[in-house]
Amino acid sequence: MSAAENEVAAGRGSARAVAVASFIGRFLVIAITTYLGLLAVTFFIGRVIPIDPVLAVLGDRAPLNVVERTRREMGLDLPLIEQFYIYVKNALNGDFGTSVLTTNPVMTDIRRAFPATIELATLGTLIGSVIGVPLGVLAAVKRGSLIDQIVRVIGLIGYSVPIFWIGLLGLVLFYAKLQWVAFPARLDVVYEYTFTPITGFYLLDAAMQGQWDVFYDAYRHIVLPASLLGYFSLAYISRMTRSFMLNELSQEYIVAARAKGLSETRIIWGHALRNAAVPMVTVIALSYAGLLEGSVLTETVFSWPGIGLYITNSLQNADMNAVLGGTIVIGSVFIGINLLSDLLYKLLDPRTKTG
Amino acid sequence: MLMEKFALRSRALLAGAALSALLVAPAFAVTPADTLVEGFAIDDIISMDPGEAFELSTAEVTGNTYDLLVRLDLSDTSKVKGDLAESWTVSDDGLVYTFKLKPGLKFASGNPITAADVAYSFERAVKLDKSPAFIIGQFGISGDNVADKAKAVDDTTFQFTVDKAYAPSFVLNCLSATVASVVDAKLVKEHVAAVTPSADYKWDNDFGNAWLKTGYAGSGQFKLREWRANEAVVMERNDNYNGEKAKLARVIYRNMKESSAQRLALEAGDIDVARNLEPNDLDAIAKNADLITTSAPKGTVYYISLNQKNPNLAKPEVHQAFKYLVDYDALGSTILKGIGEIHQTFLPKGVLGELDENPFKLDVAKAKELLAKAGLPDGFSVTMDVRSKQPETGMAESMQQTLGQAGIKLEIIPGDGKQTLTKYRARNHDIYIGQWGQDYFDPNSNAQTFASNPDNSDAGKSHTLAWRNSWDIPDLTKETEAALLEKDAGKRADMYKDLQQKILDTSPFVIIHQQLEVAGLRKNLKGFALGPSFDTNFVGPVSKE
Repeated sequence: MSAAENEVAAGRGSARAVAVASFIGRFLVIAITTYLGLLAVTFFIGRVIPIDPVLAVLGDRAPLNVVERTRREMGLDLPLIEQFYIYVKNALNGDFGTSVLTTNPVMTDIRRAFPATIELATLGTLIGSVIGVPLGVLAAVKRGSLIDQIVRVIGLIGYSVPIFWIGLLGLVLFYAKLQWVAFPARLDVVYEYTFTPITGFYLLDAAMQGQWDVFYDAYRHIVLPASLLGYFSLAYISRMTRSFMLNELSQEYIVAARAKGLSETRIIWGHALRNAAVPMVTVIALSYAGLLEGSVLTETVFSWPGIGLYITNSLQNADMNAVLGGTIVIGSVFIGINLLSDLLYKLLDPRTKTG
Repeated sequence: MLMEKFALRSRALLAGAALSALLVAPAFAVTPADTLVEGFAIDDIISMDPGEAFELSTAEVTGNTYDLLVRLDLSDTSKVKGDLAESWTVSDDGLVYTFKLKPGLKFASGNPITAADVAYSFERAVKLDKSPAFIIGQFGISGDNVADKAKAVDDTTFQFTVDKAYAPSFVLNCLSATVASVVDAKLVKEHVAAVTPSADYKWDNDFGNAWLKTGYAGSGQFKLREWRANEAVVMERNDNYNGEKAKLARVIYRNMKESSAQRLALEAGDIDVARNLEPNDLDAIAKNADLITTSAPKGTVYYISLNQKNPNLAKPEVHQAFKYLVDYDALGSTILKGIGEIHQTFLPKGVLGELDENPFKLDVAKAKELLAKAGLPDGFSVTMDVRSKQPETGMAESMQQTLGQAGIKLEIIPGDGKQTLTKYRARNHDIYIGQWGQDYFDPNSNAQTFASNPDNSDAGKSHTLAWRNSWDIPDLTKETEAALLEKDAGKRADMYKDLQQKILDTSPFVIIHQQLEVAGLRKNLKGFALGPSFDTNFVGPVSKE
């Protein structure tokens, strides 16, 4: 290799390094501004709502002197800007304050509530994609057929009927009448106080500890809410898969593949779906992120102590530290998942690979 | 290709079969024989420290896990009886209360209960100065003098000194409140955290408050094992209890907010008691042969109040007209069925001095007459702040209709609980519909809020309900204060009856009903009863067949 070639290679190398650095840099700038914006908006909304946060701490019956003292203790007598500055400063040190309702540091609460939601959302998304994608493919392939219509109706119901109502219906049928699933909670009473979770994902924890009876119990508790969320995301995923597949199936390479004599199965599952998979990743990731925000209604109906229930409950009680902390965590998850789906995009789509 | 399809199909079949096998495992739902499981909305719990706790579901837990000097006598709730105290005397000048403790008392920890523990409990409650501290503080007791005013004379003698010759019934009723619970001083002192004194908090330690928020240092029938916010409260039998031991080994309250979910869980046997049932679920449970329902009137009254800052609402005739424009009968037989009893006076049933009179009925003609007298023959328009939940919304809608019959146009402003309350406390409402629960089981608690208003200016320090509605009542305020000093319990009761009559005749308060607490339970439960207040919902006598 000549010196000149070496220089070119080095130049290309550093160009790539610069590209990567600028990608990371751009991402960081976007992430940080998004966070700050999120923080500011949530913080100021929290302060302008016509609810007195001291009420959340003390309830309606506290005497006036206690109310005034608490207002000072909470720093609510300071100018708004100063309150925001203090909040951001503490937040940067990892201190999101203490939740009024639970008296725990907000992060402790979230560390407890979030695994419950992640477990539910992951299972829900798994169910939704494993069933939703094939259904969508089927509907696209047999476009206009009875199957297509059935898939459409399933999707429409899942999308338009309130999940709250389906949840109650599910409870009445599968829990009260058939007794196939367990009652609304994460575990039966018997296990709840003999079982020590490690990660907070009960299925995983039980499996890790080899406690299969607990695993089965946790499964019986999660299966209905997870199926429900699964159905909900299935509705969306199957519709999107169908339209992506229709798009792919009308492409010329499909005609070429058919002309080459490839089997339909191979064409559909091996080629068309493979290409449709790229945008599907975004759809599934977004639907997953949506579920991670906490499906408030599902969590309420199933007494599932997840993040959605936590934030809603905090919001109703004007527990702003908890709301802000929760918002930031969910914001991070959203940003993280977006990044992840970008990366997956690059892996799945050969054209986006940098050469 | 054929093979491929076959493989796919059989795989799907297998997966389906496996899935349905997992699903169809039958469940036999029954709670453990030594454990009581209650479905209960316990998301209002903020702290388990009896010096701080002021919420309804907390009161139930502290009532079962802590002891007091004196407790409400459930056979006659206008009186108290000794709990840790064996006897007590009041000095002739009415200022010094001397309590003699029962001998050989023990905390759940095994530590002996002495008068020093009682004194420490009072001291920490007063010095912490949390929401319920005024119940003790109102006797002229502050952080600076509590060591003198609430002190241990010897191991079994505790002395409590008040600043005026109050009615003994008033003092004793206040001492039956949660804030006067006795904590295990030795145990709490092991868990105190240092605090830097400030202008707002003069003491150098937190009296174990941070630890007691979730910890336990009591002597009740049950000990608190665990409280996990928004999830569960677990209590275990206290084998060191000084009286009859609890029958069951464990009581678990599971946080369940939804009435219908509670009902389903009760029907399936996954919980033994459902505590937050709405009328339709209650109906269904009453019809189920395996279940029964029970109820007890609680110390909470529902009322609507008219802000006197609104000139129309300030007219005395309008006050009375509103009282004739509520369809009490219809409300009682529909949305309040099973959860409320029509009750038009401010003292709940069971309290000393209760006046059991419901003089008002829906009478549109009479109301129109009163409105005409007030110079408002064609009615007027007015708003009502209503929190978006039942029964408030249903009550407001019913009133909207009945008020309309007399020409009063009611606009309902729905809002979240904290939001309507913020507005109410700032006196910015026209009409408010709300509930008021007693702070402690004594007539003064409600009399003070409905019938006294020491300073009606915006800077007034006493935010009673009368103040919140700008109702300036110097005479009634004096009468309420006088009733506090009446030593004779019978005469004192009469004074409260008189106050209630005056509130019926003149006030801007339309009191509608008293809350009934209801519960649905499995038939195999024995001894389950709801008490007259949340801190008397005892679960110790409950057993299973």
